[in-house]
Amino acid sequence: MPVFDHAPPPFFKRGPSPLALLSFYVALSIALFVLDLRFHALNVVRQGVSVVTDPLQRLAQSPLRLASESSAYFRELESLQAENSDFRADRLALAPQLTRLQELEAENAHLRNLLELRAQGMADGQAARILYTARDPFARRVYLDKGLNHGLRAGQPVIDSAGIVGQVTRVFPLSAEVTLLTDKDQAVPVQVLRTGQRSVTFGLANGLVELKYIPANADVVVGDKLVTSGLDGVYPAGFAVATVTKVERDSAYAFARITAEPVAAVESHNIIMALNSRELPPSPETAPPETAPARAATSPRARPARASANNNPR
Amino acid sequence: MQASSNQSTRILQPARPWFILFSIAFALFLNLLPTRQWLFMPDWVMLTLCFWSVREWRLIGMGSAFVLGIFMDVANGAALGQHALAYVLLHYAAVTLSRRMLWFPLSQQALHVLPLFLAVTGIQILIRMLAGNPFPGGEQFISPVIAALLWLPITLILLAPQYRPDEHDDTRPI
Repeated sequence: MPVFDHAPPPFFKRGPSPLALLSFYVALSIALFVLDLRFHALNVVRQGVSVVTDPLQRLAQSPLRLASESSAYFRELESLQAENSDFRADRLALAPQLTRLQELEAENAHLRNLLELRAQGMADGQAARILYTARDPFARRVYLDKGLNHGLRAGQPVIDSAGIVGQVTRVFPLSAEVTLLTDKDQAVPVQVLRTGQRSVTFGLANGLVELKYIPANADVVVGDKLVTSGLDGVYPAGFAVATVTKVERDSAYAFARITAEPVAAVESHNIIMALNSRELPPSPETAPPETAPARAATSPRARPARASANNNPR
Repeated sequence: MQASSNQSTRILQPARPWFILFSIAFALFLNLLPTRQWLFMPDWVMLTLCFWSVREWRLIGMGSAFVLGIFMDVANGAALGQHALAYVLLHYAAVTLSRRMLWFPLSQQALHVLPLFLAVTGIQILIRMLAGNPFPGGEQFISPVIAALLWLPITLILLAPQYRPDEHDDTRPI
């Protein structure tokens, strides 16, 4: 009988040794994040797990929602009445403009008919509530309380009452992830409203956006409004994006350094709207998706908006 | 109330599995609260997982650490496997340390877990930097220090059910 055998007797069942378990799980997690970061192949896993975490998330939001809703309920009647009369006054003030707008719209439709232009479809979409913001310090993302089951799709632009907020980047069965305009990887094709100069905004970490690929001698001044140019086929044209807050021109660089502040309450909104994706006419293969393709190709950080591949075959 | 093994005058009741499960679910709930802008907010799941790995490593295995990590990744939109790797390494280190650190008073136990918490944050930042993200700033290391400071209150809270008295028996002489 092997007296000096160090293996434990078979009645102490202990499973695999801790070190073996550790190496197994470490290898598994490394495989997971390589698959996820490099090949973006794990959306099914994410969707499956999100079914488990979603109820917890909703639960975690409920005390806050209860607090905010009950405080809204107990808000003084007086302030609501004042607000109401303000709205009435506003409506009166806007009435002449509204009638004029209807007149202009009719005239515009007529002129478009004459020019044989395709009528611009009205933007419609779905309102959703923001559940929570991701804890991830590397990205600016929020989660919505609607998902695949409510008809949201990856790639939809997201707006609030003032302007563009971001884009739906991942969709789970009951929730959806929106990458904000201010995320480092989120690009929005814009044009300067005053001059028509086209460009692309990228997020900066501090809640601002940066206007890229604008020549140092271009006509951009502080206070210029930026609106979507509609060139990428994701964002509809003409939505407000940001206002220029700082222009730095350095002769050492070919491009001006322009910082802008988002118009929408990107970091603090509560209810937003996901616009339905546009049906684009097939674009010619040579048409550039962005305004500065040659420059964009030479810059390592230039990438089209993440989910634009859904709508655009390029 | 003493919690280090060498000075305790009481024998702890065994931990109840449903209480461990409840405390971890509650930590997950705390992590999902919208507290992103508060840099000092600790990672509650990390703290609770570390506590139970030190105390009850027969009940909380490495597999549960991995699954918790995957939950955190999905809920945060982080790289899949990022929290999982950090938590699995934390579990292994905590189990290895557990035989030693329980002999120290609580303040020195906190000093034992501080490097583990810093490593959990460091591993996650390292993974994201390998994936091409820039360094997010040194202030990310505030929350693991806060988590280590919370070791004392969390021990008192999570061990409290095990301090419950035995069944009273009036007919017993002692």
